[in-house]
Formats: sequence, structure tokens, C-alpha cells
Amino acid sequence: MIEEKKIATRESFGKALSELKDENIVVLDADLDSSTKTDLFKEKHPERFIEVGIAEADMIGTAAGLATCKKIPFVSTFAAFATGRCYDQIRTSIAYPNLNVKICGTHAGITVGEDGATHQMLEDINLMRGLPNMTVISTSDDVQTKKMVKEIAKMNGPVYLRLSRLKTSVIYEDDVDFEIGKAVQIGEGIDATVFATGVTVAESLKAQEELLKQGIDIRVVDVHTIKPIDREMIIKCAKETGILFSVEDHNIIGGLGTAISEVLIEEHPKKLIRLGIDDKFGMSGRAEDLMNHFGINSKNIVEIIKEKLHK
Amino acid sequence: MKITKVEALEEKANKIRQDIIQAIYYGKSGHPGGSLSCADILAVLYFNEMNINPQKPDDLSRDRFVLSKGHASAALYSALAEREYYSKDDLITFRHIDSPFQGHPDMNKVPGVDMTTGSLGQGLSVANGMALASKMDKMGYRVYCLLGDGEIEEGQIWEAAMTSAKYKLDNLCVIVDCNGLQLTGKTEDIKNLGLEDIEYKFKSFGFHTKIIDGHNIEQIMDGFSEAEQTKGVPTAIIAKTIKGKGISFMENDPAWHGKALNDEEYKEALEELNTIKKNEKDINKN
Repeated sequence: MIEEKKIATRESFGKALSELKDENIVVLDADLDSSTKTDLFKEKHPERFIEVGIAEADMIGTAAGLATCKKIPFVSTFAAFATGRCYDQIRTSIAYPNLNVKICGTHAGITVGEDGATHQMLEDINLMRGLPNMTVISTSDDVQTKKMVKEIAKMNGPVYLRLSRLKTSVIYEDDVDFEIGKAVQIGEGIDATVFATGVTVAESLKAQEELLKQGIDIRVVDVHTIKPIDREMIIKCAKETGILFSVEDHNIIGGLGTAISEVLIEEHPKKLIRLGIDDKFGMSGRAEDLMNHFGINSKNIVEIIKEKLHK
Repeated sequence: MKITKVEALEEKANKIRQDIIQAIYYGKSGHPGGSLSCADILAVLYFNEMNINPQKPDDLSRDRFVLSKGHASAALYSALAEREYYSKDDLITFRHIDSPFQGHPDMNKVPGVDMTTGSLGQGLSVANGMALASKMDKMGYRVYCLLGDGEIEEGQIWEAAMTSAKYKLDNLCVIVDCNGLQLTGKTEDIKNLGLEDIEYKFKSFGFHTKIIDGHNIEQIMDGFSEAEQTKGVPTAIIAKTIKGKGISFMENDPAWHGKALNDEEYKEALEELNTIKKNEKDINKN
């Protein structure tokens, strides 16, 4: 970790979005622009900002219509409403016709904190991953988010970008590049692999540091693209390291752990221990306390790795 | 005797109806009732109103049409076939495996289809997006969106209606195909959606509205030209139609919402349409 600067990926998203050069980019929001940070784009390009009001289904459809006319719409609201509330609109009007719409869901996961279960989206990866044509991205820090916003603007096709409210550590140097579909391996440890995504990457890296002090050398894989999943990286780590772990701020059903399991079972059967929200809804509380409660912070990761490695 | 524009459009509507019947017969499934109710509206759109070129179906400056009631796909496919986007012989594969003519329209499979639809209630939002793009790019193209009267029970329609009015989408023209019936029964019984109720709703959402007879070519043409002349607000044409229009045994019978014709019905339906055509010609001669 290069510094202890902490930034929420929703902030990085808003900033990167406002700096995109392509004049075909249009941003739509559903009465949450100060929270999703699309207000930064609105200030710079009011003529390309569309406020639909509290009407997420309409927002998705409007974006689809704009995309048929060669615009590049970025729609943004909280992950719960961006995916769950308008799943059928995404399915019929975006994914099936394969339209170039970027769905950006901020406030994903239990790390939303105090707002509680209704606003803590734990099923969005599952919903979006199951849609043909959809690319699913979940970024882990400021640098990666800014670069991924540029990458998804360049690619043609529907994308779901999962973002967080919680401020998290900056992990990468500014000159690191990311490729959609290529996970990032951090460290060469062979005792275990921890596959992480979004806010759990920083936690996994803290765990990696702590474990190293105790003589356990693990590697962390930042799986920023959940679909298409980086099959090669999963197989490589399965072959090179001991027990495999996945950790995510999402239901363990249908999320990162499931995506990795599917590859393992087909290519290199091996035990994978899935950390995440174990088929439950979230609840109100401080984000840090909730991460501890649901077992996805660095302390939990250290404990379970030591337990499973019998150390 | 020289035929008038109205007569020519009536003739096209009749051909569209024949193609609908043929497609559904060969497809062995489909939605004849709601396809026949909008045949006249589509004839006017595709042969008189819209600025389109079948040779350039993807031209950015073209007018757009969104069939929000996607189950009337046979009507749209037939209108496009008559407009020579492709041969009408192709329509016999309607709803068959691997056919471009899917049960509900797929914009990536059929030239001239501007939007994929099928799940009701989504088309008006899409049409808004197109109309917004036209305004942003100062392209000036117009967008037409056909809704079913049952379809407007979907809440998203009203989310979208607020957006149409907010952005003053005067390049958008909504047509509500008010055939008064939906799968289970009368729209009036299911959700209090009579003709005047529908007009009142669109008016209160900020639309210019006009009630027309959706089978009267002149009234349809007038509706569209009034929409074009209306500035600053979107227009909703509330078209009174008859479900199954043109085939006596289908008219106003909800049983014909979604079923195919058997051999006998097929013969009878085509005969009826041909007779109408002949009668019209006789009238013209006199």
C-alpha cells in the first residue's frame, strides 16, 4: 500500500466521469447525483446530463433509447435500485439488444452502513452476471476505478460497474494499467490465494501483511472483472498455492466465490472457502463494524486462513 | 380512375392485414387481435408519415418507431415487408427456430426494427431517449411510439410520460392503440381505462392529446400532422380501434389476443380481406 489516503470508489467514479472527453457520453441520474457523484459531470456538462427523477426503470429505458442513437449513456444510482429495481428493464431493453449502456451502481454491499438492509445491495453481482452480453466490474480503489471508467467508456456493450460508499485505501500507483477481464495478482505467496473484489481487496492486503509477519505468505488476487472472469489466473493460482479463499461484500450465493467455483469445478477441482454475506440481508451499523460482524475484514481473513492452514 | 392517397393507404393497410394473417398462420402462434387493431396506424406511419429509407435502415437521421406493445410484432414485420425492407415471403418463418422474425421484435435481427421490445411498459422510456438524442444532436428526426391500452397499466409508462413532458419532447408522438381489450378482458373493467380516462391521464401528464378513429386513414393522417405542428409539448394520439379489425370472427373477441388460425379460419380470413379489397375497388369505380 503506497499511502494511507482513503477515497470511496464512488468519488473516483464521479471525478473520472466528469473528465471523459467523448462528447457522445451522456449521464443519467435518478435524484441521487450528490451521492453517486455524477454531480461533478452535471456541473461540467449540464447539456449532457439527464435527471429523470426517482424513476429508475425509466432511466434504464431512456438510456437504452439514447444508446440506439449512438450516445454512450452512463446511468447511476444506488446499486440496489440500479440492478434490483429495474432488472427486467436491463434485461429486455439493454442486455438482450446488447446496447452500449454503462450501469453504475454506487453504495453496493453492507459497507453502505447505517441505511441498513434495503440499501445494502448484496445480490447485484448475481443478477448482472446472469445476463448474457453483460460485463461485470467491481473496482477496488481510486486508481483502478478511474482507469476502468475510461476503459468501459471505450468498449462497446453493456457494463455493470459496482462501486462503494466506504472510503478505502488507495492500493495502486498512478501508472498501473488495468485490462477488462484480467485480474491483478498481488504478491507471489504460495501458502494460500485470497481472491477479492471491491472493498475487500484492501482488507485482504492488510491480512496479507499481517500474515507475512507471522510467517504465512499468501497472494491476493484483485478480481476487478467478475464477468468475463479471468479463468487463467484462477487455474494458475489453484495450481500454485494452497487453500483458496474468496472474500466479497456480497451474498456468497452468486457472487465472486460462485464465479471462481464454476471455473475450478470445470478446470481444476480444488477446495475454495467463500467469505462473504452468508445468504442473509444486511443491517444498520457502522461499515467497519458490519464488515467485522459479517466476517469480511482483515482480522477475519487472518483468522480463517490461520485456522484452515492449522497454524 | 386515379386513386387517392387515402385509398392507397387503405390498400396498404389491407395488405399488412393479409401479411399478419399469413405470418401467424405459418408461425402457428402469435397475436392477431392486437396486430390487426394497429394495421391502419402502421400503414400511415410507414407509407406516409415517417422519414425513412428501406435501403438505409440504420441512417442516423431517420425517424424512429418503437412498438412498445411488442406482441404486435406480426404487424410491424408486415409493415416493413410491404415497405420492402425485405421480402414478405420471408414472413412464413415467423416464430420458427432461427428465424429473424422472433415472437417479439429484435432490433438486431430484422432491418427496420428500431428497438427490441416484448416486456410491456418499456417502450416510451426508450422513445424518450431517442427523442432526446435527436434534440441533443439537432438532427430533427421524429420518434413514434405505439402503446397498447392495456400496456399503460405498467407504471413505467407514467414515469416516462413525466420525462417526455419535462424535456418538452415535441418530436415525440405517442399513439395509444385503444382496442379496449387485454388478455383477460376489457381494459375498462381491469383498470378503469376507457378512452376518455386515457386521454385525461395523458393530458394531465403534460401531453397534447387527440382522440381519433384508429381505422380512419384521414383521421390518422390528421393526428400526425397535428402532432408535428404542436410545439413545446409531446403529443399523445388516443386511437379508438377494434381488436381483430378486418376479420369478422376475430373482431372484439379477446379469445383472439394470442392464438393462431387453423386452415379453415385462415382461408376465411384471407377471403374476407380480399373481399374488402374488391368492394373498395368497386366503390372507387362507381
